[in-house]
Amino acid sequence: MNKFLLSSIGKKTVMAVTGLFLISFLIVHCGINALIFYNDGGETFVAAAHFMGTNPIIRTMEVVLFVGLVLHIYQALLITMENNKARPVKYAVNAASSNSKWYSRSMGLLGTLILMFLILHLKFWFYSRFTNSHNEHHTLYNDMQEEFQHLWVVVLYIFAMISLAYHLVHGFYSAFQTIGLNNNKYTPLIRNAGIAFSIIVPLTFAAMPIAIYMGWI
Amino acid sequence: MEHKNLNLTLKIWRQKNSKEAGNFVSYKVSDISADMSFLEMIDVLNEHLINAGDEPVAFDHDCREGICGMCSMYINGRAHGPWQGTTTCQLHMRAFNDGETITIEPWRAKGFPVIKDLTVDRTAFDRIIASGGFVSVNTGNAKDANNIPVPKDDADKAFAAAACIGCGACVAACKNASAMLFVSAKVSQLALLPQGQIERETRVLNMVSQMDAEGFGSCTNTGACEAECPKEISIENIARLNREYFMANLKKKDYL
Repeated sequence: MNKFLLSSIGKKTVMAVTGLFLISFLIVHCGINALIFYNDGGETFVAAAHFMGTNPIIRTMEVVLFVGLVLHIYQALLITMENNKARPVKYAVNAASSNSKWYSRSMGLLGTLILMFLILHLKFWFYSRFTNSHNEHHTLYNDMQEEFQHLWVVVLYIFAMISLAYHLVHGFYSAFQTIGLNNNKYTPLIRNAGIAFSIIVPLTFAAMPIAIYMGWI
Repeated sequence: MEHKNLNLTLKIWRQKNSKEAGNFVSYKVSDISADMSFLEMIDVLNEHLINAGDEPVAFDHDCREGICGMCSMYINGRAHGPWQGTTTCQLHMRAFNDGETITIEPWRAKGFPVIKDLTVDRTAFDRIIASGGFVSVNTGNAKDANNIPVPKDDADKAFAAAACIGCGACVAACKNASAMLFVSAKVSQLALLPQGQIERETRVLNMVSQMDAEGFGSCTNTGACEAECPKEISIENIARLNREYFMANLKKKDYL
């Protein structure tokens, strides 16, 4: 199995499997955060967040998630470095846009943008979790309300979600292709589901800071 | 069809041998018939160069019918030039406009070192084939063609994969210089047929291992190879290669 994981196809497989796992995380994260749209002063959202923060299975998955993310980034760096070495002399003229989409060629750049956002994102929420002792007067929902009063934060989130959307448009389909699922029956379904996912999830996420900033919730 | 003649500027990569550094040299060619093939246009240039006592541009070519896979030029940033599903020899000068500057480069990949000018060493592909791209057949009388039943769908897919001429355009066009479209076509054409079953696992293991050893990159599913392939081989084959490789690793007797 070692030889498999170190082969070109094995490394791609790790990218695909961790990518699909991160996609499944996005569904959960997006679903729970979307509870703020109940517009009940964050009551449902805070209850769900409390469950996620205290349930031992979810807490364990948090560690798995972190490992998955690190693995996804590590493999990406490894593959990118090896792929750069595969063409030591570059083309003087390269009409790449005539044979492939820009976002499929820019997964590293899009991923880096997402990672930069993620560092800021996690810094804030870790800070929120460990310093502001939440109680019935000051919840995670209040933190969200405060954070998204700043225009630059809202703009940053929107920009990050655009990066995520393009990363997903290629990543979603690409993961299935890498694990070997490509046929006439399922590929159109996967392609369309991937596009729908890449629009719905980032759009829902982006709607949160926008709605709070605009004072809709 | 309206006939026209073209005057062109060619920016061609010149490199004496694999050791020395190369550079672009510009040439003017005039009165090029739009009905000429791209290689015939280079022939015209070379005749002028030879008459002037200069070294002609070295380039690979053989059948000039689009079936041998020898021609290999990166024309204006695209493998085999601007036409889809076409080799350089089948690309005609009507694809270009009068007064245009055309940049011509060799395939660029670690696995395809430049030998001279536009000629690259593609023996890496031969070594990949030698590592497993075959079926071992005992000698004797040829069997009746319909003795071995093959499902029509499998036969069609194997045939489509077997259309690969091994020109290397997939490697040239890929941003990672990955050879996976080539290897997947060769693995697929045999894995899909009954005759290929005996060596099915060892074949894919050895061919992928050789592909990695040759220094080709890995696939990031941009689809550039499929778009530039003169035989329009589908990346469905790459998904099959991934499956075959994974399953072969699981079934391998000494897999731990």
